[in-house]
Amino acid sequence: MCTVCGCSEGDVKIEGPAHEHAHPHADESEQMIVQQGDDLDFGQGPAHAHVAGMSQSRMVQIEQDILGKNDRYAGLNRARFEAQSIFALNLVSSPGSGKTTLLTETIQQIKGDRHVAVIEGDQQTANDAERIRETGVPAIQVNTGKGCHLDAHMVGHALDNLTAFQGGILFIENVGNLVCPAAFDLGEAHKVAILSVTEGEDKPLKYPDMFYAADLMVLNKTDLLPYLDFDVDKCIAYAKQVNPSIEVIQLSAKSGEGMAVWVEWLEHKRQAMIKQRIDALETEINQFKALL
Amino acid sequence: MHEMSIAEGIVQVLEDQAKAQCYTRVKTVWLEIGPLAMIETEALSFCFEAVTRDTLAEGAVLNIIKIKGEAFCMQCLKNVPITERYDSCVDCGSYQLQVVQGDEMRIKELEVE
Ligand SMILES: Nc1nc2c(ncn2[C@@H]2O[C@H](COP(=O)(O)OP(=O)(O)O)[C@@H](O)[C@H]2O)c(=O)[nH]1
Ligand SMILES: [Mg+2]
Ligand SMILES: [Zn+2]
Ligand SMILES: [Zn+2]
Ligand SMILES: [Zn+2]
Ligand SMILES: [Zn+2]
Repeated sequence: MCTVCGCSEGDVKIEGPAHEHAHPHADESEQMIVQQGDDLDFGQGPAHAHVAGMSQSRMVQIEQDILGKNDRYAGLNRARFEAQSIFALNLVSSPGSGKTTLLTETIQQIKGDRHVAVIEGDQQTANDAERIRETGVPAIQVNTGKGCHLDAHMVGHALDNLTAFQGGILFIENVGNLVCPAAFDLGEAHKVAILSVTEGEDKPLKYPDMFYAADLMVLNKTDLLPYLDFDVDKCIAYAKQVNPSIEVIQLSAKSGEGMAVWVEWLEHKRQAMIKQRIDALETEINQFKALL
Repeated sequence: MHEMSIAEGIVQVLEDQAKAQCYTRVKTVWLEIGPLAMIETEALSFCFEAVTRDTLAEGAVLNIIKIKGEAFCMQCLKNVPITERYDSCVDCGSYQLQVVQGDEMRIKELEVE
């Protein structure tokens, strides 16, 4: 990724000026915490009592989440979103389900009211970022090369290259893939799974992890329903089987049918996020007031 | 391929921990993997061998400890076994299940020098 600091991950490319370290790297803030009985010892590495020169096999218990590093970067992104009141969504789907089309149509409708920015993930080309920029909003393309998903570290660097947009909406279009983007938290408020009616209605059962991780399923291309024997009710039942609390919106990014419901969902969730933040701050203020 | 990025994630943890834990070579790795972790263990072993080449874990043995999936059933108000996200409760058939265990992907222990 960046030849500067060696946080390189194969052939990832991010549009924008040369790498600057505006975003903190998760490791720099990482501390070794050792638990001894009830005491927590910060900043001391364990097992430093080895004898130099003696090569000896030994066991170390590390209990580390394999995706722990990604989760730390995701936490940093989330903190940045919170500090700037940015509402971030992670859009996941198979290739071609209509993510970019949904975004360009959505942006046309909301850009007058709100700052919008987009991070576009694709293995190759900057085509989708260009499609977004044609609508007049900023977009940063991340090319993952061989990588089949965006990770939180890439998103952090992409954020560095977006000018501040306090209070706005950030759409992150993930690489078209219904498998591993489910496992990689990017710091978003919600994952949104987009499924088009030209795909099988049993997709939620075939890729349960994605529909489990998503808070909303957008069923796109409903304009094509008359020509297909896609069973909408069955598809929704399958999605709820995997994730009983998933919400569903049916729409056509092409005809515009159902778009209003989606735009309303966006605003509703954005406000819910802000209200949650206000509640948390009020609680904190009251705690301080109690000390007076 | 998903297992490739997971294998790379493992090597990254091994390299990150090397200094703190004072080792220069990893001989064995024990992983805990749940049935909901979306990992094909055979593919993972294959990828692990490929990505550890020329690293401190070259030739290391990968042991996978499979963890059981478990969910809390809102109807029965108890934990029941599951193997897939879309499983229903084995006792009452309800889909109102809350996963409590089974999506683990953890490095548990290492044998190092
Ligand atoms: N009929 C129809 N086609 C659509 C709709 N939304 C997107 N498409 C088409 O689906 C194809 C893939 O769309 P795109 O937005 O590039 O998908 P992405 O890969 O998920 O970003 C394009 O040819 C779009 O014109 C829709 O609602 N109805
Ligand atoms: Mg696209
Ligand atoms: Zn860097
Ligand atoms: Zn970096
Ligand atoms: Zn991937
Ligand atoms: Zn039950």
